[in-house]
Amino acid sequence: MIEKSRLHIPRPTARPGDEPDFSYLDLSPAGAVDKPPIGSRTHKLEFLSSGLVRVLDDNHEAVGPWDPNLEPEKLQIALRWMMLNRVFDERMWQIQRQGRISFYMQALGEEAISIAQGMALRAGDMCFPSYRNQGLFMYRGMKLVDMMCQCLSNTKDMCQGRQLPVMYHSKKGNVFSISGNLATQVPHAVGWAMASAIKGEDHIAATWLGDGSTAEADFHHALTFAAVYQAPVILNVVNNQWAISSFQGTAGGQRRPFAARGLGLGIPGIRVDGNDFLAIYAATLWAADHARRGHGPTLIEHVTYRGGAHSTSDDPTKYRPRDEWDSFPLGDPVERLKQHLIKVSRWSEDKHSRLEEELKAEVLVAWKEAQKFGTMTEGPWLDPATMFEDVYAEIPQHLESQRRRLLEILAED
Amino acid sequence: MAQMNMIEAIRSAHDVMMDKDSTVVVLGEDVGYFGGVFRCTDGLQRKFGEHRVIDTPIAEGGIIGAAIGMGVNGLRPVAEIQFADYIYPGFDQIVSELARLRYRSCGDFFSPVTIRTPCGGGIRGGQTHSQSPEGIFTHISGIKTVMPSNPYDAKGLLIAAIESDDPVVFFEPKRIYNGPFDGDPEKPGVSWASHPKGEVPEGYYTVPLGSAEVALPGEELTIITYGTMVHVAIAAAKETGVDAEVVDVRTMAPLDVQTLADSVRKTGRCLIAHEATRFGGYGAELAATIQKECFYHLEAPIGRVAGWDTPYPHAFEWQYFPGLKRVAAGIRRVMGAE
Repeated sequence: MIEKSRLHIPRPTARPGDEPDFSYLDLSPAGAVDKPPIGSRTHKLEFLSSGLVRVLDDNHEAVGPWDPNLEPEKLQIALRWMMLNRVFDERMWQIQRQGRISFYMQALGEEAISIAQGMALRAGDMCFPSYRNQGLFMYRGMKLVDMMCQCLSNTKDMCQGRQLPVMYHSKKGNVFSISGNLATQVPHAVGWAMASAIKGEDHIAATWLGDGSTAEADFHHALTFAAVYQAPVILNVVNNQWAISSFQGTAGGQRRPFAARGLGLGIPGIRVDGNDFLAIYAATLWAADHARRGHGPTLIEHVTYRGGAHSTSDDPTKYRPRDEWDSFPLGDPVERLKQHLIKVSRWSEDKHSRLEEELKAEVLVAWKEAQKFGTMTEGPWLDPATMFEDVYAEIPQHLESQRRRLLEILAED
Repeated sequence: MAQMNMIEAIRSAHDVMMDKDSTVVVLGEDVGYFGGVFRCTDGLQRKFGEHRVIDTPIAEGGIIGAAIGMGVNGLRPVAEIQFADYIYPGFDQIVSELARLRYRSCGDFFSPVTIRTPCGGGIRGGQTHSQSPEGIFTHISGIKTVMPSNPYDAKGLLIAAIESDDPVVFFEPKRIYNGPFDGDPEKPGVSWASHPKGEVPEGYYTVPLGSAEVALPGEELTIITYGTMVHVAIAAAKETGVDAEVVDVRTMAPLDVQTLADSVRKTGRCLIAHEATRFGGYGAELAATIQKECFYHLEAPIGRVAGWDTPYPHAFEWQYFPGLKRVAAGIRRVMGAE
């Protein structure tokens, strides 16, 4: 046979109508991957980018060197946050479907990442999130009402109607403003971390992006800068297998894991079970310690699955098997943590259901409260003239005259 | 006061601000040990250290992206993009992030980055070292766009830019780094020593952002211009014998409409000159603004002299550059003499 050049077209293992097939995922058994000491040389850490760090095994036990040995009380807190994230998303999704907000994005199946990392980081560490990190905002103190008001673009909207729903920010919680342009936040996190080192502080930065957006130049700029200056930063690639309709192979996931993206630059990569709260927590602590002790950046790939549609504007049944998530070998993060807690503590299905009901009630109360500040159809309304504020630190003359013109037009109605 | 060329004035602005404010950091390609390919940061790393004057990888998107993050963390970064022609890999970071961060977060986050970048032709740079892309940046809400035409303004404006909490794109017309240029490449070079604006205070001062200046007073015609073309305009006015007033825009955005309009109302005629390409260029905005503000004072259609709407050709640099002859012809046209 004559060998000749050819164009490789990456194709997912299953499209609608096909049997789901995750045979492409390399999995390690829980507890199988070593935990190297902080400060090990990069070549001695390379195995972390091809294995899969897992703590929770199939019997819901925590096993192996990465077990962070957290108290059940702390795990219950974690479970509560993950469940709140999910319950909140479910409610907001319905609200969008009822036409009461314009758009929404849920974190279904990826809740462990925001919560485990939020808990493993320190309050002074700066987070540069992507649009599926709402759990991070919740954990860092943002009220549900405030999140809802943002989604409603109402009078209590922290973004004053300037941003799409879910593009939150929290200065107080040290969570950066979500952009909507993909991967732009990654070099910001690196620059922020560089500044922390320049100032001699021990705060680190962490940032999140999807498998799809690792193809953006910003990700590669960020990797280079992080490696060159050994910036104290954790770069998280949330590999949820799907970037809207294109699977992770379209971003280059077929050749080597995303965790290996930094190896050429000497950035250690940890490939972690993204549905295993304990593994994520432990890997994050390791990377944070690594950064804080002057050893520079770590890339963490979270192997997870996007349980829902990309957004309310998306219909995943058009491009992937309807029941694909059911076959995902790493399961559901909430269910796995729940089963672990049932095993190691007095947690039970009954308590779990009651907690879920409590959280639903909490979200409902918040929704009632949020609507008092305005909805898409009922006042009070944001003042449109505020659109001219914050373009610059002070309103320049031309914007002031445009603002006055708008007020004249509005007064005519 | 000291005699400074534009490079020395820009270096001095960095020096003054880095002394005054420990949060000011400089980053860019070759800016550290070497002091920049145009020497604008020479000596700063030796004086302020490697943590404050940082040589970066060749990745303009990374430079601007990292600078934004530094700014969010309380530093005041001055990023050099070696040539304005190289700025495009960082364009998304400027447009979508730097310019809008304050807006989208309602003032909770902002990043006071100054981006310095040499622009313009006349140095045999060909199409990748000669562009004047200021019009692309004046179109972006949320950033300020500056181009000085002399050492005094360069230092004062750069200090104001570094102190500004708004992001600033600071264009440096590299043809006049070492001396004013009247648009005639055949003439021997002139240094800043003979120019009043080559007298520069050694310490701190500012030239406020958003203020234009009358560079040459006159009565018969207003030439609105900036950067290298200020000097070409003055020379062309002298050559034609027309008593022209040359207004140096200095800050392209936000624009000092008042100073421009006052001049045109006085003279009744207006010529706009820039080195950048004409179509959809910044001159069109100036023309529309003047037409609106000064329509009943205008005695002739507003004229424009600009670079041709082609890339900047290496071998035909002086046929491309809107030099003395073309500006003089523009003056005569607006005066009704051609």
